[in-house]
Amino acid sequence: MTPPSTIAPKLAPKLAPKSGQSLHRFANPGRFLRLSGAVLPWIAVPGALLTVIGLAWGLFLSPADWQQGDAVRIIYVHVPSAWLASGGYLALAVCSVLSLVWRHPLADLAAAEIGPVGAAFTALCLATGSLWGKPMWGTWWVWDARLTSVLVLFFLYLGHIALVRAFDDPTRGYRAGAILALVGVVNLPIIKFSVDWWNTLHQPSSFSLTAAPTLHVDMLWPLLIAALGYSLLFGAIVLTRTRAAVMERRLRGLLMARANAADANPYAAVGDDA
Amino acid sequence: MTRKGRRLWLLLICGLGVSVSAGLSLWALSDNLQHFVSPSDVAKVGAGGRTVRLGGLVEKGSVQRATQGRPSANFRVTDGANSVAVTYVGILPDLFREGQGVVTLGVLRPDGGFQASEVLAKHDETYMPKEVAEALKKSGHWNPDAGPPPSAALWNTIPSKPPGGG
Amino acid sequence: MTHLPFIVTAYGLGVLIPLGFALDAFRRVRTARRRLAAIDPRLQGRARR
Repeated sequence: MTPPSTIAPKLAPKLAPKSGQSLHRFANPGRFLRLSGAVLPWIAVPGALLTVIGLAWGLFLSPADWQQGDAVRIIYVHVPSAWLASGGYLALAVCSVLSLVWRHPLADLAAAEIGPVGAAFTALCLATGSLWGKPMWGTWWVWDARLTSVLVLFFLYLGHIALVRAFDDPTRGYRAGAILALVGVVNLPIIKFSVDWWNTLHQPSSFSLTAAPTLHVDMLWPLLIAALGYSLLFGAIVLTRTRAAVMERRLRGLLMARANAADANPYAAVGDDA
Repeated sequence: MTRKGRRLWLLLICGLGVSVSAGLSLWALSDNLQHFVSPSDVAKVGAGGRTVRLGGLVEKGSVQRATQGRPSANFRVTDGANSVAVTYVGILPDLFREGQGVVTLGVLRPDGGFQASEVLAKHDETYMPKEVAEALKKSGHWNPDAGPPPSAALWNTIPSKPPGGG
Repeated sequence: MTHLPFIVTAYGLGVLIPLGFALDAFRRVRTARRRLAAIDPRLQGRARR
């Protein structure tokens, strides 16, 4: 396996001494760990706070809908998770381009960590949608274009999760996952415009670029706050997972180096370890 | 050209190919992706005994509920231009009312009536507090039985609680 | 409140799923950091060599 060294020397020339070729691989991640560690609290804490404020506002203070009653409060969980299901996939696609074209080693790790989080938020979107659909529409599920395309998004996430972890050589898994993720991007406009292109049971979006949101301000504010909070939380979770992945990769590298050293000189390794 | 540039172009060309093929397939399949047909579609081509989903608004003044025996209802589903008489035996969803969107699953009988086995309520993308809906009704800007609410800019900042009141 | 069970379930999922992922991510970082501290020559170098 060749170290993915296209980026590392460029970004961190001082951190990657020529003597240790294998250090290239960790030089850039080292900077990532420091930087992300400094940024993380500033994302995670506001994310958690805004989510709690948005949800509490939506649940207790915002008005009930004139015809849906209190069931409309599910919107404060459903819509942010729907936005993040698509937004997370977009982030996955960006990482995939960085991986395929620029061979960025961090993009591979980030993509593998976005997958499960995005899948969870998509599942949350589907579940809350179901919980909203049963009392309002009269059914848990219909096969209309919106619901079906979001289900396809969920399966794309699952496919990516499985593919990235399916190969013995992680690089091949990352490549295959990136290609799947990029092919799946066509699904994003389909999700967005499904409610406009076809007859669906799902209502169209309340938000558009040209008109005022068809949502009263007393419902709009908690929704936007919850959406911002969930987005920051999503980012914080992905960042933390990526930090863990970077450390786990270094750990694997070190253990492998140790094992190789032990193979080359079995007697020395025993003494070193004990 | 650098290897990086070559990979980027390859990716862009593949992306174009995937988008075009996806677009063409969606365009070809468009009729099958419709979740329901409108009364006008039924009037144009008929439904010929097949099970279809019929969607539209419940016509104003058309709802007759059975007062005794099993719960059932007769109503007309309209899209403005055409309407279809629907018969349904079962419990209607909470949101069902005149002027409300519905999607009904059933078969078109030879006499032109529609025998529904399932009725789902379809709500629109407007969300407003009760007080705002009342204010719009009172001021004559909107009659919920007659059609969709007016432009959101007209109502989405009306105070939802009367000033001073709890 | 109307439809309370549906609302409570939706909010429950909306809190528990992100919370679960956040705790899991935190635990992963902590474990990796601890294991790394035990064997990483760059972290041990200052102390031992």
